[in-house]
Formats: sequence, C-alpha cells, structure tokens
Amino acid sequence: MLAPERGPSSFDVELEAYHGPLDLLLSLIRDEKVDIYDIPVARIAQQFLARIRHLPLDEAADYLEMAARLLRIKAQMLLPRNENVDLWEDPRAELVRRLLEYQQVREVVDHLDTMAESRRGRFARAFLPESAPPPAPPLALSLVELMTAVDRVLRVTRQPTLHEVVARSLDVPGAIATVRAVLLLRERLRWRDVIVPQAEPWQVLSVLLALLELAKLGELKLAQPKPFADVEISRDAAGEAA
Amino acid sequence: MTPLAKLLEAALFASARPIPTDELATLDAEASPASVRVALDELRDTLDNDGHGVELVELGEGWQLLTRPEYTEAIERAQLALRPQRLSGASLETLAIIAYRQPIGRSEIEEIRGVAVGSVLKALVERGLIDIVGRAEGLGRPLLYGTTPLFLEHFALRHLGELPRADELAVALRPLVRIEEPDVDLADAGDADAEPELGLGAAGDAAR
Repeated sequence: MLAPERGPSSFDVELEAYHGPLDLLLSLIRDEKVDIYDIPVARIAQQFLARIRHLPLDEAADYLEMAARLLRIKAQMLLPRNENVDLWEDPRAELVRRLLEYQQVREVVDHLDTMAESRRGRFARAFLPESAPPPAPPLALSLVELMTAVDRVLRVTRQPTLHEVVARSLDVPGAIATVRAVLLLRERLRWRDVIVPQAEPWQVLSVLLALLELAKLGELKLAQPKPFADVEISRDAAGEAA
Repeated sequence: MTPLAKLLEAALFASARPIPTDELATLDAEASPASVRVALDELRDTLDNDGHGVELVELGEGWQLLTRPEYTEAIERAQLALRPQRLSGASLETLAIIAYRQPIGRSEIEEIRGVAVGSVLKALVERGLIDIVGRAEGLGRPLLYGTTPLFLEHFALRHLGELPRADELAVALRPLVRIEEPDVDLADAGDADAEPELGLGAAGDAAR
C-alpha cells in the first residue's frame, strides 16, 4: 500500500493551494471560525507551524518569517499589560492590518479573474503577420556527387590560355655605362641613339632609368622641345666641371 | 449603416489590436471625432440588433471587434483559435497590487503579499502586462512597476478607473485607488457605521 507512505507529502500538495503565508493564515482563521480582530494567536500559531512542517525548502522562507512573527506576537500577548488599558497597543494590530489588506487584494483578484475569464471567452481577430519563408534545408550530398558536379562544370569551360611569366631584372648599371660611353663620343645625342634596335621592354626601361639617374647626378641634361618630340640628351657642362 | 460606420467596421475587422477613437478618426479626413463616436454607436447597435456573431467592445483605450461569448466553446473545440493562457493566482495578486498602487516597487508588493515576487514580476513584464515605469527615490533607487495598455486589454477594461473601487470591496481597509473619496470620508464612514472593518481600517491608517 502506497497511500500511507504518501501521508506526509499531502501537506505539500495542500500548501500549494495557498498563495503565501498570509493566505494560509486567512484560511486558518476562516477554518477555525475565529474573529480576525481578536485572533487567538497561540492556537493559530500552533496550527500554522503544523501546516508548514513539510514545506519544501525554497518556499519555506516566506512561511518561516510569518511563523516567527506569530511567535513574537504570542510572546508579546503574554507580557503583563499596563494598568492603563487605553495605552495598551495590541501587538496583533499590524498583523490584522496586513491580513485585511491582503484580504482586499484577494477580493480584487477575484474581480480580475472574472474579468479576465470574460475577456478570454471572446476572440479578437487573430491577425498574424506573414512570416518570412523558412530557410532552405541544408544540402545533403556526398563528396562523390560534389566532385562529379564540379567536373561537369569544368568540362564545359574552355581550357584557359596561360602565360608563363618570366621575371627579368633591369640592367640599370649596364645602361648607365652605355650612355656614359656614348656621351664621351658625342656631346649631344637623341633617345634613339642609346637604344639598340628591336630592344626588349626591359632594355628600354633600363635606359630610361639610366638617363634619369644620370640627369639626377648632373652628368647630362634632358630636353624635350615639344610634346611627343624626340628627347634630346646633352652633356651637362656644370656636372662635368664638378 | 452610414458609409463611415462601414469604414470603421472594415478597419476594426482588419486590426488585431484595439484602435483608439482618434486613430479611427484618421481613416476619413472629413470625419470629426464626434462623428466617429456616432458611427461607432451605430456600428455597435447594428451588430447587437441585427444578430451578428461579433460585437463591438471598448477596451484597452480603444475599440475592438470580439466574438460573442456563446460561440467560444465551439470555436475552441474546432481549434480555430486558442484562448490565451490563464494567469496564475500569484500573477493575479501581483497584478492587482500593481494596478491599484502603481507606481510601486518590488519590496512593497512583497510586503503586501508576504512572499517573494521577483520571478512573477519578470514573467509579467515578459507578457507585457506590466512594465518598469521609473525608479523610486531612496536607497538603491528600486525599480517601479506599472500596468500597460495590454493589461487593460487582458481584463477588457477601458481604463484603470473601471477596477472596483476600494469602497465597493467587502473589506474596505483603506482606499487603494483614490478616485473620489479622500481618507477623511472613509474615517467618518467608519465612525458612523461602526462596522468593525472600517473602524480598524482607520486605526490601521493611523498606525502607518
């Protein structure tokens, strides 16, 4: 028989019906049919403790705080009262105030619940904005299929024409020597005189850089009378003097 | 129906949310807010009197077409629409306190409810029923919560004033919402009535 073993846990189930220590306290007061303005604290505190004995730990704190409060009030009630009754402040007053306040909240909750139920019972237009289309499912294909597809694509394309690129270094010192040699023989010369016929681009570039280098060093002058005219090269008298 | 009433019906049908009166007025450049109100009345009367399955309801600071309660069960049984999830007791208690005391901080709510409300507050904010409306002065500048327009919609309220007034509740401890009655009236009533609740209520006020 399982039922007897489940006995203690039935408290937990029971306590879930309460919304908190104040709710539990109110229901005790109702069950015991006692006057909320004259709570028999000792009796209610004892019952309160009995009910929370099997509370799960995470909920216990709220209830234990109330239990401690009840015990303190119980102790205060036992203290001998002052002869002047008018000055006596009921230690239960604050608790009663809170209970009544909570009772009021419960009443509002009943109202709200009724209103929410009435609203839930009426449907509004259920307009749902069109959602974006779902993303395509991830591709599922084998490596062979992928390779075959790549091969098919490559076969369609033409064989690309490839150029072999050969790096040619420029020979600027060589060109400088050539230009200097020519300048020794002739005072003036033209661009074409220092370039061998059928020159490779690297040779042309070498000569160009050689001329610029020599002009910078002051060994020669470069002149171009008009755009696209032949460049005239002449010995630099000043440079020669230096 | 007048053309304006028909236009309003179409707009209300097209919208999933309640439409405020001034927004309805923008539908027709020639329509004044007053004429919109007349047309809304006309639409409501037509829906009520000609036997329609929907009705025009004013709620949540606007107007909305809702199905009539008698068809709810059939609609839900056919799974054409689902009712929103019902709020738990803890959520309702917390909402009730916020609705009457807003703006209010977490510790005050916990003081009234007697339990921790952190997770409940988070869930209510996520559901859009409450929102953070500011911060209190004082230590730690705690967050203050208030209800949203969705709260009004959820409970089919036009405004917060439609919540039951404190003096309409059986236990009138102290006015939660000060709409008409100042504290003095309540205290006077308590003296005159000699009802224990009211008498103690005044005492409770004094104690605070």
